[in-house]
Amino acid sequence: MLLNQFLILAAVLFCIGVYGVISRRNGVLVLMSVELILNSVNINLVAFSAMTGTVSGQVFALFVIAVAAAEVGVGLAIVLAIFRTHRTVDIDHVDTMKG
Amino acid sequence: MLEHAWIIPLIPAVSFVLILAIGKKLPRGGSEIGIASVAICFVLALAVGAGWVSRVNNPPVIEPGHELVLQGELGAAASERMAATAAEEGDQQATATEGAATGGDIADTDGEAEHHGTPPVQRSVSWLSNGGVDINAGFLIDGLATLMLIVVTFVSLLVHIFSTDYVAGDRRYTHFFAFLSLFTASMLFFVISDNTLQMIVGWELVGLCSFALIGHWWEEKANSDAALKAFLVNRVGDVGLLCGMIVLYFAAGRTFDTLTLNTLANAGEIRHLLLLVGSLSLMTAVMSKSGQFILHTWLPDAMAGPTPVSALIHAATMVVAGVYMIARLYGVFFNGLSIGTSNINIMAIIGAVTLIFGGLLAFVQSDIKKVLAYSTVSQLGYMVMALGVGAWTAGIFHLFTHAIFKACLFLGAGSLAHHIHSFEMKDDMGGLRKVMPWTYRTFMVATAALVAIPPFAGFWSKDEILVGAQQLGGDGGYPLMLVMGTLGAALTGAYMTRAIWYVFFGERRGASATHDMHENGPRIVIPLVLLAVGATFAGFTNIPNTGALSFVPDGLAMRFEHFVEPVGAYFPSAANGFGHPNFNIGIAIVSTLVGLAGVAGAYLWYWKGLGPQGITERNKFARAGYVVLDKKYGLDILYVDVIAGSVKGPIARAANWFHENVIDGVVDFVGTGLRDTGGWIYKYIDQGAIDTVVNSAGAAADGSGEVLRKTQTGKVQAYGAYFFLGAAVLAAILIVIAS
Amino acid sequence: MKDLLNGWGATAVVFLPLVGAAVMLLIPKSEETLHKVVALATSLVVLAVGVALVADFEYGDKAAGMQFLQDKTWIEIINSRYIMGIDGISLPLIALTVLMVPLVIIYSWNHFPEPHDPKSFLALLLLLQTGMIGCFVAQDLLLFFVFFELVLLPMYFMIGVWGGDDRKYASLKFFLYTAFGSALMIVAILATYFLSPKVNIDGELMHTFSMIELTKWGGAGLARTTAILIFGGFFMGFGIKVPMFPFHTWLPDAHTQAPTQGSVILAAVMLKLGTYGFVRIAIPILPEGAQWWAPVIGGLAAIGIIYGALGCLAQTDMKRLIAFSSVAHMGYVMLGISTLTSWGINAAIFGMVAHGLITGLLFFIAGSVKDRYHTLEIKRLSGLLIKAPRLGWLLAFACMASLGLPGLAGFWGEFPAVLAAYSPAAGLNIELFRVYMVVGAIGTVFAASYLLWLLQRVAFGTPTEEFENEPIEDMHLTDYLAWSPLVLLIVVLGIYPNLLFKITDPAVVQSLSAIGSGS
Repeated sequence: MLLNQFLILAAVLFCIGVYGVISRRNGVLVLMSVELILNSVNINLVAFSAMTGTVSGQVFALFVIAVAAAEVGVGLAIVLAIFRTHRTVDIDHVDTMKG
Repeated sequence: MLEHAWIIPLIPAVSFVLILAIGKKLPRGGSEIGIASVAICFVLALAVGAGWVSRVNNPPVIEPGHELVLQGELGAAASERMAATAAEEGDQQATATEGAATGGDIADTDGEAEHHGTPPVQRSVSWLSNGGVDINAGFLIDGLATLMLIVVTFVSLLVHIFSTDYVAGDRRYTHFFAFLSLFTASMLFFVISDNTLQMIVGWELVGLCSFALIGHWWEEKANSDAALKAFLVNRVGDVGLLCGMIVLYFAAGRTFDTLTLNTLANAGEIRHLLLLVGSLSLMTAVMSKSGQFILHTWLPDAMAGPTPVSALIHAATMVVAGVYMIARLYGVFFNGLSIGTSNINIMAIIGAVTLIFGGLLAFVQSDIKKVLAYSTVSQLGYMVMALGVGAWTAGIFHLFTHAIFKACLFLGAGSLAHHIHSFEMKDDMGGLRKVMPWTYRTFMVATAALVAIPPFAGFWSKDEILVGAQQLGGDGGYPLMLVMGTLGAALTGAYMTRAIWYVFFGERRGASATHDMHENGPRIVIPLVLLAVGATFAGFTNIPNTGALSFVPDGLAMRFEHFVEPVGAYFPSAANGFGHPNFNIGIAIVSTLVGLAGVAGAYLWYWKGLGPQGITERNKFARAGYVVLDKKYGLDILYVDVIAGSVKGPIARAANWFHENVIDGVVDFVGTGLRDTGGWIYKYIDQGAIDTVVNSAGAAADGSGEVLRKTQTGKVQAYGAYFFLGAAVLAAILIVIAS
Repeated sequence: MKDLLNGWGATAVVFLPLVGAAVMLLIPKSEETLHKVVALATSLVVLAVGVALVADFEYGDKAAGMQFLQDKTWIEIINSRYIMGIDGISLPLIALTVLMVPLVIIYSWNHFPEPHDPKSFLALLLLLQTGMIGCFVAQDLLLFFVFFELVLLPMYFMIGVWGGDDRKYASLKFFLYTAFGSALMIVAILATYFLSPKVNIDGELMHTFSMIELTKWGGAGLARTTAILIFGGFFMGFGIKVPMFPFHTWLPDAHTQAPTQGSVILAAVMLKLGTYGFVRIAIPILPEGAQWWAPVIGGLAAIGIIYGALGCLAQTDMKRLIAFSSVAHMGYVMLGISTLTSWGINAAIFGMVAHGLITGLLFFIAGSVKDRYHTLEIKRLSGLLIKAPRLGWLLAFACMASLGLPGLAGFWGEFPAVLAAYSPAAGLNIELFRVYMVVGAIGTVFAASYLLWLLQRVAFGTPTEEFENEPIEDMHLTDYLAWSPLVLLIVVLGIYPNLLFKITDPAVVQSLSAIGSGS
């Protein structure tokens, strides 16, 4: 069974994504890292779907893709808004929610 | 009228409201409403009296279910009460049939009619309801209630008339009359109530009026202090009242009805322990209201009120409420304290101690009202002692005569002080005999009645108490009470003689010397005269016809006992050990002589002792009296020196000291102690401990928030890191658990 | 008319104030007189509806059951229903509420507390009225809870905005304290919901919040420990509201800081929500839990009676003293409830109404004194009877009523409660309750001492130098209007207690049937 390989791939992708989300300064790159995480999940879903022989996993994967598209849309809009107010997309400068 | 007696308390109650509402606009400031209402009440009370006399003379044939069937709906309570009254009627019939079996009466010479008794008149309506059972309010008219109605309305009427002159021009004239009306209403409500709940209500309402009238001149702190003291000491007694009434309510199978309560107690259907606890609790209430030692301390202070108030409330009527309550619940007390079969009991002891102690204290007072106040304490002691030895009629008879002569004395004191506004006998009075002849005469008559000189009223009642102490109770009677009662007679004679000396004889001193003293107007003198007439003749209403007086015809003798003393299942009968004493010429003579000895001792002390030498210092005074007595009477030296001297000096002083320092000290100590405790608890426990817990809960939330807020950097990536860290930890846990 | 009342009477009396408040929102803030008129008119209409309800209520045995019952679907999914109804227990309290609110509005007419703003103040008052009446009318636990919480907010703002110097602390303490109790109460409500048997609703078996159904169930089959725990939740929720010792510390602060109107409403009605909750919800639904808790409640009540009185003796501020006296008085109410007998609970309901009238009057008077003297420090006030005789006499009257003088309403709350403690319901420790009885009786002495002491220091004597030449106005027209109904009711109820006992008794007997202790 090829399942393990898929899972390892997904895990690697996930970790890269997490690393990107936490460490990148650029807002756009953070968003791209989020995409990586989502896609690693998609791989998992499809892999499990194939293993169990049902289609529900693939349906969820399609859902995730749709949501991810929407999320990127909103996310880029936020980055754009941040750029307009702060003249930068470095998210270290965005800490107005500091308690 | 018997059926409509409830109107009587209603009239002064309406008068109270009217006086408050429109009194100030009337030409006489509302006093006319008060007098009119009390006068009407007096007439109605007399009508009730007449009705009761004819009822006793022609007792109604008991038709089952007629006499005591209640007005209004017959609820579950009514049926319960019907059962009780049925039992009562059964008992009455039983008494009739068992006439012979209940023999052994000590002196029951009355006609056969009394064996059946005269059923009291009782009417009631639903007042509150609980558990589907109605609790009724109603009135009960029997001889005792009738007597009290007449006494209260009579004294109240005279006091009203007296006051129109006495408090004329007072800053709160209208208010004064309003509260007199309210007091009259409450007292009448109290005496005709047919259940203990109602008695509590009346009991406290008279206390309220007492409070308001003692504090009538509340601008001075001393007066409002006295008012507070009166109210609070009475409240202490009320704890006993509430507890006692509650115990009796449950003991009698959930009823407040006094007739049922007494009937069950007499029939032995209530556990003796409950009766004992109930009567002991109620004794506390009696001690406070009726000024019994050790709760009597408020009564002398209550003299801060206007004198008519002292006469009406603190001598004639309110203070006897405790005595009345014992008399009303006599079945309970009689059986609870085993009065009929013992030689000593708590009620008799309290009465006896009070009568001696109160009498002693009267010696060291320089304020005539205080002398009279202690005298009242002492006489109340007689009444309680009488009830305590089982001499019911004697106690109530003394209540009756005392109300008349003591009201006369107090009003006389008011008459004396009317011009000089001072009650200090030593400083402001003296030699008033000539300038105020009517006051002097009436005062002397009332004093004679108080000292129990035959044939004045007090003699007959006091004598009955003493024979009661001799002959009633278990074997041997109540010897201690007999001795103390007799001693009390000597004290009474002595302190009253002393008071008369200071007031009426000798030189005019102080304010009375500088004022133009003259007799008061008719509105003051006429009540005095009426009361003095009463004090002279009231005693004959219960003249005995046994012993040396057996020549008195039946139709005249023992009228008071005949009409006032209840006969029936709700009153102790011979089967419970209740009896009537016989007249005893020996006791009559001895007690009179002892009383006269007191008078003589004081007479020698003040009149003869003063002498022409003009010695004013006390020790020389005493020595002079010593010499005079030595020459004249010889044997009396010992008596005067040891007894009068020590009584007047150290003992009375010690008693006064004890009273002021120990008893009052305890009261003050408890008062301030409570306040301080309250302060301490409030400061340390309430604000310190409990509130701190509450506040620290808030502070803890605040502080932890302060710490945790540092983690809120506002950086999205930091949050992301927390998130993933948490997820990783959870994953780790999951793995550990799953494996 | 009768049909309308039967169908919608209960709803009308609850929501009419809200309509009034809504109308007020539409009126601009500057139209102050119009606001006052609208608020007063609304409250009078509510009073009229209340009077109609009282007149139309069927007394006697029928008072045991719910009348004016309305049962509609509300939240279908969890079977929480809109059930409104009135019985003998709630009727007196509803009457008290509909009476107090117009009196408060009349009293406020010319003296609104700072920062003025009649619009918000009166609108909040009307909102408060909806919440309070709603509590007494709701027969569904969830609905009750909503109203119970609805009461909190307006009072929070009243204290927080119109209060004294330390108002923020007091209002927050009040809010958080009661909210804490409510949190435990909602847990208890949910536990009751899930642990009670399902009932048939339109052919479907569902759990229920209906108090009527739950009372019928009466905790049957519930494990004893569970019943005790659930009762504990209710105990915290209601006990804080009462407030019982030792949860009382929010009360003096709230009262002292609240404006007069707030204090009056708080004392007269809001404290009764807690005791009402015990009588209506906690005891009938969980009789077994009540049996276990009764000695605890009785003990805390007895402590509260003495403790509150001692607290009073220590106060130097008149309003704070009156506030502390509430702790003592509510102690009697709780003592009555803890006996689980009809005597005790009848007395408790009487005590609630009497305390509402009397303490309401006392707070009114304290507010007026403050208006005139600008202080409530007892030692600076003296000789009120000289400066303002009518106000002084009224204070004397209120003190007498408050100390439980027979012939006035207060007595009928106290004495029967003490009486009931002599013989508590079967299964309770008799000796313990007799101790409570004696403590309660002794408490009457304390009550007399602090109230008379207050009276002596405030009303008697001569005015202090400070105010000797200061003109002090006596009672105003609004005072007469607002206070005379209270005085009248205190006297009437005192003279003829049957007016309340007859109404409450059947319902109380009914609600105690599960305890099975006769009277």
